[in-house]
Order: sequence, then C-alpha cells, then structure tokens
Amino acid sequence: MKRRDFIQQTAAASTLIGLGGLGLQSFATPPKKITILHTNDVHSHIDAFGPEDGRNANKGGVARRASLIEAIRKENPNTLLMDAGDIFQGTPYFNYYGGELEFKLMSMLKYDVATIGNHDFDNGIDGLYAQLPHADFDFISANYDFKNTIMDTHVKPYKTFTKEGIKIGVFGLGIQLDGLVGKDMYKETVYMDPIETAQEMTRVLKETERCDLIICLSHIGYYYKNSPEKVCDLNLAKATKDIDLIIGGHTHTFLPKPTVVKNIEGKNTLVNQVGCYGINLGKIDFYFDADKNKAAEGTSIIV
Amino acid sequence: MNFKHLLVVASVLIFTSCKQENHLYRIEGKQIQITDSLQANSDVEAFIKPYREHVNKNLDSVLAYSVDTYSKNDGEYNTAVGNFMADAIYEQANPVFKKRTGKDIDFVLLNHGGIRSILSKGNVTARTAYGLMPFENSMVVVDLKGAQVKELLEYLAKAKRAHPISKLKLAIDADFNVASASLHDSPIDFNKNYFVLTNDYLYNGGDHMDFFKTNDSLYDLDYKIRNALIDYFKKVDTINPVIDDRFIQLKN
Repeated sequence: MKRRDFIQQTAAASTLIGLGGLGLQSFATPPKKITILHTNDVHSHIDAFGPEDGRNANKGGVARRASLIEAIRKENPNTLLMDAGDIFQGTPYFNYYGGELEFKLMSMLKYDVATIGNHDFDNGIDGLYAQLPHADFDFISANYDFKNTIMDTHVKPYKTFTKEGIKIGVFGLGIQLDGLVGKDMYKETVYMDPIETAQEMTRVLKETERCDLIICLSHIGYYYKNSPEKVCDLNLAKATKDIDLIIGGHTHTFLPKPTVVKNIEGKNTLVNQVGCYGINLGKIDFYFDADKNKAAEGTSIIV
Repeated sequence: MNFKHLLVVASVLIFTSCKQENHLYRIEGKQIQITDSLQANSDVEAFIKPYREHVNKNLDSVLAYSVDTYSKNDGEYNTAVGNFMADAIYEQANPVFKKRTGKDIDFVLLNHGGIRSILSKGNVTARTAYGLMPFENSMVVVDLKGAQVKELLEYLAKAKRAHPISKLKLAIDADFNVASASLHDSPIDFNKNYFVLTNDYLYNGGDHMDFFKTNDSLYDLDYKIRNALIDYFKKVDTINPVIDDRFIQLKN
C-alpha cells in the first residue's frame, strides 16, 4: 500500500506542475534532444590501427566505438545510429567472411539504419544479399531501384523513427554504379538521379509522413574538386529543401567540422562526413522545443 | 470516479489536448575521435576474438620461403620483386586464359606503384600477398593492336620507372627511345594483335596507361592479383627472383 501511495502522490505532483505550466505558457514541456550518431566508409576496419601505422596509429576499432556509443546512449536514450555505406572491403576480415562480421558487429552496436556504398557490391549483389541475415538493422536507398534484383523488397527508400514524440525521417542515396562497380556485380540495379529523388523524398517525409527532422544518408560523395558540377552532398544540399542533415560518405572526407550550406530556400542544411575506417564518430544533437517563440528566433547551429 | 481517476484523465488531457508542435531551435555538431583513451567494450572484443584468431592463423600460415629481401627500389628498369610479381601472375593467369580462349597471353604489364611492400626474407604467408597487393584489383587480358603495343613500349621508354613486365624484353636508349623490343625472343610485329595481361586498374587508365583504351576486346579473368600471388606461393617452395635484362637502358 505504501508504494501505491507514493505513485499517487507523484502523479498528483506532476499533474500540478503540468497545470501550473499551463497557466504560465501554453506547454512548458522541457526541450527534447535527439542525438544522431554516424559513421561512413568503415571498410571492414574492425580492429584498431596498430601503434606502428604511419597515418592512423592507435585510432579506430569497433570495440572502442561500442563503448563510446553506449555512453552516449546512456546520456541520451533518444539516439539514432547510422552508417553511410562502404561497410565492406579493406581488411582480410571481408575477404575471409564476406561481410558477416561487419554486419554482426553493427547489429551488436545497435545500428538503426545504413545505406549502401559502391564497395558493398564488391562480392556482387548476391554477396550483399547473402549477408543480410546478419544485419539487425535496415538498409535504405531511395535512388537504387532493386526491383529486378535479388535485393528487391530488402531495401526501403526511407525509414521513420519516433523518439519522444519527435518524428525523424531518414532516406538513403547511392552513387552512380556505372564505371565504379562492374555491371556483373550490381546487375539490374537501376540508379536514379539523386537530386530528383531527394526532392521527392523530402516531399513525402515532410508532407505525408509529417516528420520533424529529415536526414539524408548519402554515399554520393562530399564534393569533387575536379568536377564541381558533379552531383555531391554540397550540390544536393543547395538544390533541395527541408533536409536538416546530410550524412555523407564515399569521398573519405575528413572535415574539421560539419558544413553549413544554404538550401534552395536559403535555409541552413548541415552536411557532415567523418573520414573513413571508423576513426571518428559523428555526433549531431538536435534540440526541439514546443515553444514557437524560441524557434522563431531561428535555429542556432553550433559546430 | 475517484480522485485518482480524475488525475489520470487530467494527465491524459494535458498530453493530448493539442498535437505537440516541435520546433527545432538548436543544433550542435561535433566529431569524436576513436582513440586508445576509450575503453574497448569487452563483449564486442570477445565476439571478434575467434574471427581474428582464425584470420591471423590463416594469414600467417607459411606457404613458401623467400631467400632474400626484395624491394621495388632495388634495380633500375627491372626489379626482382617486380619481376617476381609479373612472372607469377603470368603463370597463374595463362592456364585460365588458355582454357577459356585456347590462346596464350603474349606478355604482362603491371605498374611499379602497384607493388605496395617489400618481399621480406624468410617465411612467406598470405599476409605477404596482402602486403604486396592490398587492393582488390583483378587480372584482365587486353587484346591490343600492334599500334597500341607500340604506344605501350614508348610509354615504358619515357616513364623512367621499373614497371614490372614479363615475357616482354625491352631495351631503351640513352634518350629514352625504344632501342629494341621482343616477345619470346622474336621481334614484335606491329601489324599483329597481342594479348596483354594487366590489372583492371591500369586497364581503366590508371597511371595514364591510356593505350589500353583502344583495344579489340577485353577478357576479365575474375581472378584477383592477390589471390594469384597466394596461389603461386602455395605452388612453389622457394621465392628467389633476380634482376635480369628484360627491361634495360643501353649506355650510349
């Protein structure tokens, strides 16, 4: 009986706080924080680099990344973890196990979603398909049409998550495979224009799904200095609207900090990429408030 | 309905009386480096361990013995390690190509930059092959016209690098022109076509070997260079390559 009393009292107290808040402001709920964690181009780098490595000595390692992610999740349970592709290829682990270990470890780390990079076709589309049972997370790609392949129905264009009332929509984009991956590897996978696809995806996620936060998980590359017109994350950000964050991959770009790009409506879009080989973890926190006034002053971006 | 129920109703009303509007007002972004200051998760570590042990055991099992240490920097226009690689892949690729086409490969061309490590004296393992060739490139045979073979030879003459070759013999003069070239000790007939074994990286224009672009046909052997090296190591007991006269510069 003692315990029930306690619950009743607690309920009464919180209700009173709620009502009190109602008097002062419309809804004084505390701000909500969504944390997005991301990796890209890990390329089968399961073990940390050794102490003698010329460039990345003692960096990386999945087991260390696991501890870091665990600590961040403990601090904020409203956390999503995603990977922007090229999970495969780069160490003998891939040659020996074909990606099984990579997917199993990502599942242990509780990845929520990943997109597909060109190297994820390195054992052919059949090789990728064969490893899917080891992945407890979903693959998304909106501009690869897998209809006439073995991957049909196994890749969704987008995925939504709801964390504490905040709806997050994530869609995937892949790079043009022709010229990069042998046709015998990707088979009947059809590549579609990333910008047109993104425009359609943002419409669906904003208007149909009514997402509060829209994220593009991309493997099209950050920017190509020698082909500035080539579709890339920076050009995608400029040509679209309603994308809050583009998480990129492919170009193994190490950025000193996430890039802020003005989108087609003049609003800010964040573009980030964290190099390669699991050396870094990207962490983007989004703070939401029910109070319109706060947002009316504009969204502050601290990078 | 007692007081407790009323409270529940009141609470529900508060949370549902209007659709909660969520306004994004602040974004904070940063990058966290994964360093040795982070404690490794022991469950993950334990999970990886058997995989790592299996891979290491496999990679480190002895396949052959190397008599000396060979570096791609020892030798002017041909190096022992480069000769080894070009000869080894010819040996592995030619039976595959012959089985498929009934024809023989005429010669091999690789790139000097593609030799990624030394070949160390002592035990040779699969890890040695990963060191020499960490990339996934596979072998291709290109059906080249004589004109493109000529371009290839001129490229080699001007490149000033010990690009590995096999079955081809090339001498250049002091001014970096082709002085003589032969295949299996016969002169090259530039009106004929030749089958050239290389890798898909060079075929696709790597190291500006653009002469591969104009070709009559391409045969992808679906056989990785590294796997060819591993298979070769399994086949032989001793690796003992030498610098020879396959590619030299004549002194005046």
